[in-house]
Amino acid sequence: MKFIDEYRDAAGARQLAGAIRKATTRPWTIMEVCGGQTHAIVKFGIDELLPPEITLVHGPGCPVCVTPLELIDRALEIAARPDVTFCSFGDMLRVPGSRTDLLSLKAGGADVRIVYSPLDAVRLARDNPEREVVFFAVGFETTAPPNAMSVYQAKREGLKNFSLLVSHVLVPPAMEAILGSPHNRVQGFLAAGHVCAVMGYTEYLPIAAKYRVPIVVTGFEPLDILQGVLMCIEQLESGRAEVENQYARAVQREGNRPAQEIVREVFRVVPRKWRGVGEIPQSGLGLTEPYAAFDAEQKFGVTGVTAEESPDCISGLILQGLNKPIECSAFGTRCTPEHPLGATMVSNEGACAAYYRYRRPGRTETK
Amino acid sequence: MTPGLPATCPLPLSQYPHVLMAHGGGGRLMNQLIEKVFAESFRNPALDQRHDGARLEAGAGRLAFSTDSYVVRPLFFPGGDIGTLAVNGTVNDLAMCGARPKWLSAGFIIEEGLPMETLWRVAQSMKQAAAAADVQIVTGDTKVVDRGKGDGLYLNTAGVGVIEHEQVIAPGSVQPGDVVLLSGDVGRHGMAIMSVREGLEFESTIESDCAPVAATVMKLFEAGLKVHCLRDLTRGGLSAALNEIAEVARVKIAIAEDAVPVQESVRGACEILGFDPLYVANEGRFVAIVPEADAPRALDILKQAHPEAGVIGWVGAAERGLVTLQSRIGATRILDLLSGEQLPRIC
Repeated sequence: MKFIDEYRDAAGARQLAGAIRKATTRPWTIMEVCGGQTHAIVKFGIDELLPPEITLVHGPGCPVCVTPLELIDRALEIAARPDVTFCSFGDMLRVPGSRTDLLSLKAGGADVRIVYSPLDAVRLARDNPEREVVFFAVGFETTAPPNAMSVYQAKREGLKNFSLLVSHVLVPPAMEAILGSPHNRVQGFLAAGHVCAVMGYTEYLPIAAKYRVPIVVTGFEPLDILQGVLMCIEQLESGRAEVENQYARAVQREGNRPAQEIVREVFRVVPRKWRGVGEIPQSGLGLTEPYAAFDAEQKFGVTGVTAEESPDCISGLILQGLNKPIECSAFGTRCTPEHPLGATMVSNEGACAAYYRYRRPGRTETK
Repeated sequence: MTPGLPATCPLPLSQYPHVLMAHGGGGRLMNQLIEKVFAESFRNPALDQRHDGARLEAGAGRLAFSTDSYVVRPLFFPGGDIGTLAVNGTVNDLAMCGARPKWLSAGFIIEEGLPMETLWRVAQSMKQAAAAADVQIVTGDTKVVDRGKGDGLYLNTAGVGVIEHEQVIAPGSVQPGDVVLLSGDVGRHGMAIMSVREGLEFESTIESDCAPVAATVMKLFEAGLKVHCLRDLTRGGLSAALNEIAEVARVKIAIAEDAVPVQESVRGACEILGFDPLYVANEGRFVAIVPEADAPRALDILKQAHPEAGVIGWVGAAERGLVTLQSRIGATRILDLLSGEQLPRIC
């Protein structure tokens, strides 16, 4: 398949891995920011091709994982209302709240739907004026434009029965939170290609300069990731700390301007709580004043719902790259995809779920 | 459609364009429905006896017996419908036991209000699928449930097949050193259903692979080949089938990702939705695990039915069941069961 096969080519992968080995003289720790990259690394075994000096740590870029427990509880409270049709992308449905999850609510009779686009939720609101249609707007900068577009469209059509439960987060503040931590061990970043396709990469220039850290905008296929690692290693070895673009076939320096405009129209930057990490200032998006009527949290009065995390779960440390999933005592025993203690085990893109699915300890010594 | 077959339902449709509760009530209307739709479509000596069950001549030897229920939505999809699925599904389950499928039962649970024309079309599909698989539908049952209590139509088929050889076809027969053969490309049925159900539009229509595989399987036995295990790749796809076999046989099955054929359109749809084709359902594909010595001839037979059939892996010794996959770029990982169904991801 075009644009897929050429980036999964075994000979190309070997060649890049060889170049990385040649370029590497010292230990380096690199973080891939996006959960999609984590998934590809573990699925294709990309880290197995790297020299032992390179450690890849998995970043916070899994939207399902960083959605705080209390917001999931709020979603569940809204979805359980008999007048609500609750719409979400598929992978949020399995994420457990404090007591239940959306799939179980659905089985119990709640009207919970998987949609493929937020505009499908707007259509549901238009077609069912007697129902309150709520869309769970989860994600990073990548999903912000279509989610913004849904509210924009709903307002233009005068739909009063549509609202968003917003849980949008932003990548650069999370990277700064990691770099600013006294425990930080990340020396270089593979930035999330899809986020940069929307936002461009100029906002990473001050981060690279301030923290003296190379940042390589990287795609999601095996050869993309290997090339991103190579570019990052070459910078580290030569003492450079620049922003480079590996994913040039999708990412331009300035990003997608119309997408940014609709996001600015509908959303404003607000502080957000990250699951496992805590509140990060200016790290998320909330609705702007003209669109405040579309805020589901206000509309359904659920802002008071709070929740406590499982004390056994170390997903916060994992999301910051401080621990690997297999270093958690609950991994694969008390915490599995069927009974997850934290969100990194639930989402497909979560680091724990990826490790559980592709390489459980004691099961991978199989070559 | 078979020549000479009435293209439309012979019931006095003008009178009953939809199925009524009374069509399941045991009276004249039910008799009419059975007579005009089912008996008319499935006609054979056992069914024509109009008894409470079918009396069959099985001869000596072992039998295989299997059942499956079909609740697919929508009822009609590219490459098949609930009728073809119900016949082929049970035919294939019998074939996976190493049996030659002979007789099926058909249970119809019909939602009140189903267009009679729909029921007729499904019956015609079943008739054709049964003819193609060389099986007879010899007994059946009809129930009608209140409107809103069913998805139009649910089907159940059970089937009996005759085992004409001495081999034990089961996961427990699998041994280290065996070769894993796959009968064709994977992922089509699941993605065909997914794209019509969710209204996803792709450039080319994905057609279900729904088909009977019994004839191909019988050729393996007719050729005198040793076969250790057969498994069709329905729910959970290739991955679930291999994991179930490895678990029971306590072996390691190692497969190579690039040896598993996946149609371009299926790969594209999976990429968009974040699905892995190795976990997507099929309705006309199976794996055959055979001793290495018999693998080349078995592969020849599979290739006659589907040119993309191939060797995808090998069985090795292990203390507990394990399936591994060598990725396209050469690294090895676990190929595990999914914990639930695949869900489309956020980005």
